[in-house]
Amino acid sequence: MENGIAVQIEDVSFRYDKENVLENVSLMVPKGAFLGLVGPNGSGKSTLLKCVLGLLKPNSGRIFLFGEPIESFREWHRIGFVSQKANSFNRSFPATVEEVAASGLAAKRGLFRQLTKEDRRAVEAALAAVGLSGLAKRNIAELSGGQQQRVFIARALASKPDLLILDEPTVGVDARHVHEFYELLGDLNRRGLTLILVTHDIGTITDQVTDIACLNKRLYFHGNAEEFAQLDDEAISQFYGHPLRVLSHEH
Amino acid sequence: MWEAIWHYEFLRNAFVAGILTGFAAPLLGVFIVVRRLSLIADALSHVTLAGIAAGLLLGSLAPAAASWNPLYIGMGFSVVGSLLVEKLRAVYRHYEELAIPIILSSGIGLSVIFISIANGFTTDLFSYLFGSVSAVSRADVWTAVVVAAAAAIVILAFYKELFLLSFDEEYARVSGIRTTLIHFLFIVLVALVIAASMRIVGVLLISSLMTLPVAASIRIAKSFKQAMGLSILFGELAVIAGLWAAYELDWAPGGTIVIVAVVILLFALGWKRGRQR
Ligand SMILES: Nc1ncnc2c1ncn2[C@@H]1O[C@H](COP(=O)(O)OP(=O)(O)OP(=O)(O)O)[C@@H](O)[C@H]1O
Ligand SMILES: [Mg+2]
Repeated sequence: MENGIAVQIEDVSFRYDKENVLENVSLMVPKGAFLGLVGPNGSGKSTLLKCVLGLLKPNSGRIFLFGEPIESFREWHRIGFVSQKANSFNRSFPATVEEVAASGLAAKRGLFRQLTKEDRRAVEAALAAVGLSGLAKRNIAELSGGQQQRVFIARALASKPDLLILDEPTVGVDARHVHEFYELLGDLNRRGLTLILVTHDIGTITDQVTDIACLNKRLYFHGNAEEFAQLDDEAISQFYGHPLRVLSHEH
Repeated sequence: MWEAIWHYEFLRNAFVAGILTGFAAPLLGVFIVVRRLSLIADALSHVTLAGIAAGLLLGSLAPAAASWNPLYIGMGFSVVGSLLVEKLRAVYRHYEELAIPIILSSGIGLSVIFISIANGFTTDLFSYLFGSVSAVSRADVWTAVVVAAAAAIVILAFYKELFLLSFDEEYARVSGIRTTLIHFLFIVLVALVIAASMRIVGVLLISSLMTLPVAASIRIAKSFKQAMGLSILFGELAVIAGLWAAYELDWAPGGTIVIVAVVILLFALGWKRGRQR
């Protein structure tokens, strides 16, 4: 039952212990959209993404991926993910940049199957896209933190997903590469990739994203970038707890 | 000794079983080490000992059971032990390593009880503790063949899944990999390899054959595939040199094999330091 909707979140609530972290969140991400998800620390952004990725089960509400209820969704290879904690991996793990970048293809290929030529090209292209071509054979532990983060971005890109979910993927990545990375995301989006990006630098992504959603336990705002720009300061400070745009002017 | 191998079946058995062990133990060991499960092998080997002690006891009580290979009972215990470890790891999610002392001490406790009931056994037990060049039967060799083949097939089939599961469990789950199933399969395989290796290296030292060659290889290897290759190479070196020394000097092979592995590890540490200069 594939329709034009990549992710549909219906009335989702979630709690780790007693208190709700997400409360009646409903959000629809059409195919081809580039959604920027913003909100203060602890507002439930990562939690919402984990629900969408099937890592957490909402206490109530429903989630559909490509029209399929998440419980029966099987095409996980269509979804790429860069975790907020991607960088906290085991530093002494013996693996090359290439091996890590290719590991996301595991779900796409069956048992006993080696990577195909096409897979190798996809891994190469993904590493090139994040500017790491020269380091493919290096041990991942020998890279800098920002370079490592870019390996994880490449891993998500290599499996050529239809939907890419990124939770603050550019933490520790330098300004030049952040800029290049957002350009790359915009580019991929214009070529049809659906994106959900959690970020704190709203200022820099407004030219790339098509939609913005503001979450703080509940969904405060969901609209396109222009509508977001027209929000009055009062609405934003109410949601963020402080006047946001004043802050972003300071940078 | 090489000549003697042609003449004596027992020596051939020991060598074939040894070479299979030197392959299977480090092959699984790579995943055990990178997943920080090193001590689980220790816990399972002691549970296997309990099973072997139970088997020997049964054999001394009921003559009908005397012809059973206690190794199979050890294997059964080991597999049950691996499932209990998993259960306990889930119960104490924030103290996962607690599962290890619980299972390990239960294993030793049971072993000691079985051994006491039987009023101590013959030299048989000694060979299970430290390995033996002369005690490996043809049935033991076949067991090693089957278990090593199973290990090779499972690792080949699930290489990508196991790699991702070891490197980044969350991403493995997001990729739709059935992590619980794969992990379960893996831990049962570990239990089987431990039981099958018992004859050569012995209960007390089998976990070191799973971890020492890997400890050496990850100092040197750049890639995961390299780490696997080197671990197996080091494992085989340790087993072959260790068995040779054990035969020539009439020592227990468990000791010689492990000491060779330690020497290899020392070389690997030195090699890395030499390169860093
Ligand atoms: N594993 C957990 N167990 C219990 N509570 C948790 C857990 N993870 C998060 N929380 C709580 O849930 C709330 C939302 O956390 P979440 O990680 O979703 O926030 P976030 O919006 O991603 O924040 P940040 O911008 O800091 O990444 C927080 O109050 C946090 O304390
Ligand atoms: Mg977060």
